[in-house]
Amino acid sequence: MSSPVMLTMRGVTRVHGHGAAQVHALGGTDLRGVDLDVAMGELVAVMGPSGSGKSTLLHLAGGLDSPTSGTVRVGRDDVGALDAKGRARLRRKHVGYVFQDLNLVPALTAMENVTLPLELDGVSARRARAAATAALAEVDMDDLADRFPDDMSGGQAQRVAIARALVGPRRLLLADEPTGALDSVTGEAVMRVLRARVDAGAAGLLVTHDARHAAWADRIVFLRDGLVIDETGTATDADTLLDGAVTA
Amino acid sequence: MSIRQGFLALLSEEPMGGYQLRQEFEARTGGTWPLNIGQAYTTLQRLERDGLVEPVPDDAGAGAGADTPAESRGERYRLTAAGRAEATSWWQRPVERNAPARDELAIKLALAVTIHVDGHGVDVGAVVQRQRTETLRALRDYTRLKKDAAADGPGLAWTLVLDSLIFAAEAEVRWLDHVEASVLRAAHAHPVVDPPVVEPAKTTTTPKTTKNTHTKAGR
Repeated sequence: MSSPVMLTMRGVTRVHGHGAAQVHALGGTDLRGVDLDVAMGELVAVMGPSGSGKSTLLHLAGGLDSPTSGTVRVGRDDVGALDAKGRARLRRKHVGYVFQDLNLVPALTAMENVTLPLELDGVSARRARAAATAALAEVDMDDLADRFPDDMSGGQAQRVAIARALVGPRRLLLADEPTGALDSVTGEAVMRVLRARVDAGAAGLLVTHDARHAAWADRIVFLRDGLVIDETGTATDADTLLDGAVTA
Repeated sequence: MSIRQGFLALLSEEPMGGYQLRQEFEARTGGTWPLNIGQAYTTLQRLERDGLVEPVPDDAGAGAGADTPAESRGERYRLTAAGRAEATSWWQRPVERNAPARDELAIKLALAVTIHVDGHGVDVGAVVQRQRTETLRALRDYTRLKKDAAADGPGLAWTLVLDSLIFAAEAEVRWLDHVEASVLRAAHAHPVVDPPVVEPAKTTTTPKTTKNTHTKAGR
């Protein structure tokens, strides 16, 4: 059974302009023709050295930017065909972001941070609160809903950021180094949450330089100089993995 | 000698027969190193020959006549004084680092950076990338096993064994990154006439077509 594809990129290029200084100033590397699909229930990790185009790819996937050529589709929406308002709507309704700098609002509680995007979108306070409660429960933070970011551990704050990224009916989850500066045990807990959310049906695209975190994905794609140069393919069955590992 | 030392450690808890030793060994290492029953009995025989274990006298577990071979009687073994000393000493000393194994990958890359055929060097970048993909594939598969493993009891032992494989694979990826960077730096410092190019591997980016089969930790 084939899962529906949530994100489709076909022949996607993004040219930022001419001159290295200008590219640097815009903070983006050109993409030179990328094909990539992410299905519902699938987590895809993108690895590559800095300057390979990872962030550009993520911005295009989330409708933060438009391709120079090629198509980016999120669900049924052709991102390139949307105007700025349409892209903003797409981002609010369907796309969740988890960034390294969590951007939690310090003056708001966990609950308020998570309801904020819904309320900005015109959802009633009561419905926003119900959705936020569910999102916080999903990351095991419902008990700390009234806590302020400054009173949370790094891992707790990151889980709230994930809950905020996932609140409501969002089906595409984009993560840019989501484990940031967290220690290895906390970072792994964050990856477990992302993984569980994707297993529950979301499509996930993760950018990371950390092999151990990329390993939580179903597929790992290698980007270099704006091109996909290799990928792992999807695992079929890990059962036979350790056969032959006997050391007598 | 992990099986031999492992058996001595297990026998320090209680006397066991070959069949039970094999079961316990596999269960407590998460099924990572499966043993066949022949290996278990051979190991026991050698331990007995070396005076480290002995059959439990007049064992209730012995079910058949004296002329039946010991293994089919399910005879249990216990540590001798020497065996007990050996089991204790195993915990006390660090595992010896073997001389570096003939690691095919290290050899391959060491040769890749130096070999020239008809004036052309090996495309080290492509060799590195193929290996990186392969190693990350293994890393991903170990991680999938770990996702389903419990975090306590026998699950903890299994998780730690998996972590050992995960950290080793991660180290290999980091080393590959380092090889790549070093080769690039060297090429930059001493440009060759025919610089190696990372040849884009043929890829297809197909979406997942089947739902993941969940894999049980133990087997």
